[in-house]
Amino acid sequence: MDWPALVLSLKLAGATTLVLLPVGIILGRVLAFHDFRGKRWLEAAITLPLVLPPTVLGYYLLIAMGVASPVGQAWQALTGDTLVFSFSGLLIASVVFNLPFAIQPLQRAFEGVGQDLRHAAWVGGLSTFATFRKVELPLAWPGLLSAGVLTFTHTLGEFGVVLMVGGAIPGETRTIAVSIYDRVQAFDTAAAGIMSAFLLFSAFIAIAVVYGVGARAVRLRG
Amino acid sequence: MGWARGRCGSVVEVLEAPAPGGLQVRLHQAGPIRLAAEFSCAPGELHALVGPSGAGKTTVLKAIAGLYRPRGGVVTCGSVVWFDAESGTWLSPQDRRVGMVFQSYALFPHMSAQGNVETSLAARPGPERAERALALLAQVGLGDKAHRRPADLSGGEQQRVAVARALARSPDVLLLDEPFAAVDRRTRRRLQQDLADLRTSLNIPILLVTHDLDEARVLADQMSVLHQGQILQTGTPEAVMSRPASDLVAEILDLSPGG
Repeated sequence: MDWPALVLSLKLAGATTLVLLPVGIILGRVLAFHDFRGKRWLEAAITLPLVLPPTVLGYYLLIAMGVASPVGQAWQALTGDTLVFSFSGLLIASVVFNLPFAIQPLQRAFEGVGQDLRHAAWVGGLSTFATFRKVELPLAWPGLLSAGVLTFTHTLGEFGVVLMVGGAIPGETRTIAVSIYDRVQAFDTAAAGIMSAFLLFSAFIAIAVVYGVGARAVRLRG
Repeated sequence: MGWARGRCGSVVEVLEAPAPGGLQVRLHQAGPIRLAAEFSCAPGELHALVGPSGAGKTTVLKAIAGLYRPRGGVVTCGSVVWFDAESGTWLSPQDRRVGMVFQSYALFPHMSAQGNVETSLAARPGPERAERALALLAQVGLGDKAHRRPADLSGGEQQRVAVARALARSPDVLLLDEPFAAVDRRTRRRLQQDLADLRTSLNIPILLVTHDLDEARVLADQMSVLHQGQILQTGTPEAVMSRPASDLVAEILDLSPGG
């Protein structure tokens, strides 16, 4: 077992989830409750990472954050470090890559709350924020949990984007999925097997939790 | 088991006096939903909006409640301007003091009946909130079911929770969107009687959206016939039904179920 790689992966997954949940709540709510010009294009852009080959996404992120890019140069001027091949660059890539996993469950969940319940709350005198806190969030929490679990687990296992943007610097950007690949290349199938089993197990648990919570929420709403 | 049965003024005892004055509504826009509606409703009056589904009845209610902003028109309640397109006045739903019973009630499924009513009392201190919510639920005959969630209540009971929630804020106007559509015939009769009792003790304008002509005839003082967002005729139910202003009105009244 490559422990530094596992720790790094857990760190990356946790940070990605923490960044993406607020983003997912805001964008998921906007998409669920508002109609505006270009909404379909925004939805398509958010869904893109789901169908795009990770290497393609990784390639563009590498270009966008590279030393020659404005973003990369601004980052370097600010921190004195390069964005690519660093944990921060990996985190940005990971956030982009996981957008659909965080936003879609939340959008569906807020759509499930429906406009009438929000309207009823407003007419009763609850502010927009109070309505969010007392009505929308308590009813959309299975979506919030799904978004969190899916983002976390998906980040644990991501490979293509990580390799493109982060390389495989031990302790800095070599995640557990990259480590599995390295171990297989080195004919160390025992280590690769343990790490693969770990990822398989965590993915299975995650999906079971998401399904279980979904079923429970359906029962509660009657 | 009624809203106010046999105890004239019972619900009203729990409420504050409404602001005096009737509701004046004038809405017009060419699109996206066509609207050409003008009517008024005095305190204590029950005004029915009748028309086929898709006639824009719910849109009119939403415009009054502040949930839909039309391009043109004026809505005033007493001396307070809620909406005036020309001056750009637009009060939020929170600022309008409207009581609204939604079609299929829109009760919060994760809260008890009491919790539902308490959401309309958020401006009050906690202990008073619970006390008032319980008093209102007792008035509508649900005192012993205050802790139940909507899913554990019958259709008629859900409707009465929705009414209690709508009245909790001591509204200046009561809006009822097809409040009897989701219950069986027998319950409907009873709830209609409850509404008839309630309105005698509730001195605010009441708007009732319905596609049921019988309901309008039994309950309403005034009735407006809506078609494609346009009010074709307004008058007492007897007058409108005996002397429809046009062939279209006659056709709508004939086609409406129960008419």
